[in-house]
Amino acid sequence: MRETKFWTWHLLAGCAILILGSLHMITMHLDGVWGLLNPAGGHAISWDNVAARAHQTIFVVIYILLLGAALFHGLYGLRNILCELGIGKGMRSFVNAVLVIGGLALFVFGTWAAIAAQAV
Amino acid sequence: MDSEHKGARDILYIVRRYNPVADTAPHNQEFTVHVEPGMTVLDGLHQIKSEQDPTLAWRFSCRMGVCGSCGMLINGKPMLACNTQIMHVTDRVLTIGPLPNFEIIRDLVPDLRPMFNRHISGMPNIRRDDIDPKVTPTDEYYQTPEELTRFLQFSYCIKCGCCLAACPTMAMDRDYYGPMPLAQFHRYNVDTRDGGFNERKKIAGGPGGVARCHYAGECSNVCPKGVDPARAIQLMKRNLVFTYLKLAKQGQPCKTIGPDPHAKRREGIPEAPPYTIAQK
Repeated sequence: MRETKFWTWHLLAGCAILILGSLHMITMHLDGVWGLLNPAGGHAISWDNVAARAHQTIFVVIYILLLGAALFHGLYGLRNILCELGIGKGMRSFVNAVLVIGGLALFVFGTWAAIAAQAV
Repeated sequence: MDSEHKGARDILYIVRRYNPVADTAPHNQEFTVHVEPGMTVLDGLHQIKSEQDPTLAWRFSCRMGVCGSCGMLINGKPMLACNTQIMHVTDRVLTIGPLPNFEIIRDLVPDLRPMFNRHISGMPNIRRDDIDPKVTPTDEYYQTPEELTRFLQFSYCIKCGCCLAACPTMAMDRDYYGPMPLAQFHRYNVDTRDGGFNERKKIAGGPGGVARCHYAGECSNVCPKGVDPARAIQLMKRNLVFTYLKLAKQGQPCKTIGPDPHAKRREGIPEAPPYTIAQK
């Protein structure tokens, strides 16, 4: 059932990316229509707008969720591709370890960045 | 054979040969076969063996697409040699090789044991905790026609191995169970008489299980019996995901119906003949 568990979370992460990624795209590219997410006005990636979003807890939560979902979805897919190249069990364990450690490191770093930006 | 028969012609058979005792690698050998309309690929192989090369080896049994023995790669596609007419697939050249994704025992004979071992590991029989069918053989299971249709098409599988030969995931990942074993897991999982899902899900949800399937769908395209293993695998994925999320319906296996106590024997029916062997 271990693969079922991973597969299920892979699907759920895909759904989360669909929703949160859509929100991201709306925020970035529909700033003229969806001005609520860009309270400073102007371009979506202007410093004022970025800072304004970073100070909102809901955006911090969304950033962290999107980061986690994207990392899990992408790294699980990469692991599947690598494992299907006919590598041995030892190499599979190595690949798993590298991806888990790398994924966790990126997640911690991204989470820290999102939380730290809130305090700026 | 009447060579004047309308449509009769010579077909070039290019056959993949491999004798592990004498050869270091497989090689092709050409034979010219005089083909009459209606001849199957298997008939052509028999003609080669009887008239040209008695050492050619392949596996066959029923000659009618039931036993699943004569699966081979015919013009690049896994098919049964016995129900493939030569003139339906070529008018000049016919290439024949053993099924890919299997070890070759000799010539056109693949080693199907890994496939059968995986099939057996999925407990392809009715499994229940509450009833031993061998103890109560006269009882019948209550199953509606609708419940039967959930697994009926998957029970038409003849275990020929064509689906595994066509599967691109099998070609890359030898730990993958393959379409036939997984489809048979599903066939029993959705059978209302069965209660073995919790045992099978450990394998089907494991490293070589359904999560490895990319849904290329070639298994279903090549199946000579019209079974849809790709569908079975996707349905089992769904069952496993719903089970993990605790959204699946947890039903008990269907009940059995014992002999009707009000049934009366009709008059005029003769008694069964005595047993020919001693009964315990």
